[in-house]
Amino acid sequence: MARIAGIDLPDNKKVLYALPHIHGIGPFSARRILAAAGIDPDRKVKDLSEEEVAEIRKEIDSSYTVEGELRADVSANIKRYIEIGSYRGARHRSGLPVRGQRTRTNARTRKGPRKTSGVVKKKA
Amino acid sequence: MGRSIKKGPFIDEKLFRRIRAMADAGEKRTVKSYARRSVIPPEFVGFTIAVHNGNRFLPVYVTERMVGHKLGEFAPTRTFRGHSGVKKKTEERK
Repeated sequence: MARIAGIDLPDNKKVLYALPHIHGIGPFSARRILAAAGIDPDRKVKDLSEEEVAEIRKEIDSSYTVEGELRADVSANIKRYIEIGSYRGARHRSGLPVRGQRTRTNARTRKGPRKTSGVVKKKA
Repeated sequence: MGRSIKKGPFIDEKLFRRIRAMADAGEKRTVKSYARRSVIPPEFVGFTIAVHNGNRFLPVYVTERMVGHKLGEFAPTRTFRGHSGVKKKTEERK
């Protein structure tokens, strides 16, 4: 089992599809990394030698932001929007879509499960 | 789609000239502006610009971290006071 950037890669997948298990690596950068490391993307993770894994690790460390570091970057950016008092920050704070999407319907990813606010009956 | 790099950032010329004139003269006064669409260049840092929000001019003190954003981002155009249902619920829960 190959460990890269603190993540175990699934043994039985081809490297091209195993690398996107790392946060910050998608199909596109996976292909690039393998090209730079000179590894056939169709080979499975379990068939890689230690040296080849080290080669991939070196490539990722040198030119990609992944996992914890990437998550920290993203939340630092969001924090900045909030601190400078921008509109984007306000949207982040209230948990609504940030990029001008409609909120009359949809937007469930940001707003979470529906909250129906029916009429509250008064107790006599 | 993003703006072409060739053109550079859009900065409201009139506002930019006024700020620069003020910087040259060493003054610092609040400038009223409707230029919500203008990007904030580094030259604006430290000045207060009253940005129109469609109703009033809201004073925006430009800090270093605001550079690269647009003036309109700091003057919200909508006031949201909450939905009617939510307030009722909390009031009756006394």
